[in-house]
Amino acid sequence: MSLNMENWKVLLVDDEEEFVSTLAERLAIRGIQTRTALDGETGLRRLAEDPPHVLLLDVMMPGMRGLDVLRAVKRDHPAVQVILLTGQGSTKDGIEGMKEGAFDYMMKPFNIDGLVAKIGEAVEQALRAG
Amino acid sequence: MPLRAYLSRHIEELLGKVEAAVSPHRYAVLRRKLVLIMVAAAVLPLVAMSVINFQQYQNSLSRELQNPMRVLLGKTRSAFDFFLAERTASVSFVAAAYRFSELSDERELNRIFQVIKQKFEGFVDLGLIASNGTQVSYAGPYKLQGKDYSAQSWFNEVVFKGRYVSDVFLGFRHFPHLVIAVQHLSEDGSYWVLRATIDTRQFDRLIASAGLEPDMDMFLVSRAGVLQTNSLYYGRVLEKLPFPMPQASYETTVRPFTDPTGRDLFMAYTFFPETEYALMAVKPRTSALKTWYTMRTDLAAIFLAGVLFILVAAYKLMGLLIRRLQESDDRRELALRQMEHTQKLSSIGRLAAGVAHEVNNPLAIINEKAGLMKDLMGMRQEFPDRERYTGLIDAILRSVERCRGITHRMLGFARQMDVKIENIDVNEVLHETVSFLEKEASYRNIELAMNLADSLPLIASDRGQLQQVFLNIVNNAFAAVADHEGHISVTTWEKDPETIGVSIQDNGCGMSDETLKHIFEPFFTTKKGTGTGLGLSITYGIVKRLGGDIAVQSKPGQGTMFTIFLPKTTPDGAYKS
Repeated sequence: MSLNMENWKVLLVDDEEEFVSTLAERLAIRGIQTRTALDGETGLRRLAEDPPHVLLLDVMMPGMRGLDVLRAVKRDHPAVQVILLTGQGSTKDGIEGMKEGAFDYMMKPFNIDGLVAKIGEAVEQALRAG
Repeated sequence: MPLRAYLSRHIEELLGKVEAAVSPHRYAVLRRKLVLIMVAAAVLPLVAMSVINFQQYQNSLSRELQNPMRVLLGKTRSAFDFFLAERTASVSFVAAAYRFSELSDERELNRIFQVIKQKFEGFVDLGLIASNGTQVSYAGPYKLQGKDYSAQSWFNEVVFKGRYVSDVFLGFRHFPHLVIAVQHLSEDGSYWVLRATIDTRQFDRLIASAGLEPDMDMFLVSRAGVLQTNSLYYGRVLEKLPFPMPQASYETTVRPFTDPTGRDLFMAYTFFPETEYALMAVKPRTSALKTWYTMRTDLAAIFLAGVLFILVAAYKLMGLLIRRLQESDDRRELALRQMEHTQKLSSIGRLAAGVAHEVNNPLAIINEKAGLMKDLMGMRQEFPDRERYTGLIDAILRSVERCRGITHRMLGFARQMDVKIENIDVNEVLHETVSFLEKEASYRNIELAMNLADSLPLIASDRGQLQQVFLNIVNNAFAAVADHEGHISVTTWEKDPETIGVSIQDNGCGMSDETLKHIFEPFFTTKKGTGTGLGLSITYGIVKRLGGDIAVQSKPGQGTMFTIFLPKTTPDGAYKS
């Protein structure tokens, strides 16, 4: 079973507003409807309102840390696939995240096409899990 | 004590301030000071010894030089004494043995004279003088009968003293001679005088027979300073000495002396107590001191050679010492620098990680903004200067890509500083490690058994380092077992919920308790010549750093078992070096 891009549900959580808005617009241009949140708590609320297939989650955020958000998501919504976005090249957070059940991680800055491809894989995983 | 203060100041400098002694100039100064101290310590006693030696030698040498003169003079004086005493005694004997009447007979006197002349050399004539001073009889070559001596001083002296020995004089005989006169008292109170003349050429013969060195002069002289024998340097007999007579002394005296012609001499003299003579000898000092001068040259040469040797030895030795010091300082400096470098690298690494993170976020924004611009441009049918803008945006994206490369390299560099922790399947790592050695196992026909637990959980650890640990221990097992009968088994198990165990057992040669005690110490090795003694100490260090533990059991001849326990999760901070 697979879905058209138009029906993919993606939630983007990152504290950098400029980054969030721009990336959301670019994904929209590619037909992926993306909701956004600028911090962990908001993100979790939005996620609870309407669980997406894929959560794009920044690891380093003020307030609730990315890995805490990840744990909460995996606890409450195990079907949601999480792709970690990390500015720190250190794989430490990435590996930690993988151990916590993240689908994958991408290092900023990244290529948009690579991200779209990874989202596609994650959606399929989400559908399988869901 | 200034010397002590000086020394302690310099020793402090040597020991205390080595930290600062890194510039080559400081080593040169240090070397100079050490050489100076050492040379001073060695040369000063040498100088003292040389000076003392020099003086003692000079003293003993000059005694040595004077002694032969003293001896020679004493011997010659004895000869003179004997000569005169003998002749005086023979005249006395004749005077006592014959009566006046016999002696006054000219024929009888002549006979006696002939006998004496035969027995004793040097007699010239013999005469009998009556108490009134007239010559009664005479035997000899001159016509002296009837000559009256009563007015002459010697006659009065012989009457007064009983005997008389005159100075040398020429008299009317015209050759140097001296007179011996003896008074004889008869029982009736009358007396007469027997007078003999002695030819003093006998004296020259006495001196000649003393065995003088060629440059030595010896002569008899009267107390008034008139030569009684010929002198080599100061004229003929009866001439006056050109210098004043020394103070009369019956001991033989030797002293340095400069004569009126400027010759440097040793002068030796002795006075005769009975007569008016002194025997004198001179010898040039230069010839006497010739041995002394050569000796002094030798001494100076030895001294100089000694000093030179000390200088060279001190210089070379100190050079060696300072070079060693410098080398060890350099090594320590290098070790410190390496440590500093490592620390610097790790702080650079941390800094780099921070910078990379901070830069990556804005870089991501630029990337997305530029990407969006491109997206938007692509959606328009018509866009003025599309080509130009596409080029500009691509340039931005390329620059972002370049920056990304830089920040990722920086992060990669930072990662090298830390142990890289991953989720690891220990069984897989063991398989991989053992696969390196499978070839050797088949060559040597060693049985290799893998008893790995099926459901061994993954652990968080560093793959590369674990591999090094396993390889080290398995290698040791391979070294311990014999071909064809060797057996090595590798076992894994879950020890408890936090820990897994890995054991590597062999049936090799085993180890003694003594070896076991030191097995994890650095530089301890049983592979003499080939081992560094570092393998197991590094293994131990790695296992500890990964939060694990390592133990070993062994019996000589039965084999060895290493057991490694690894935590499933690495404790915080354990992987930080």
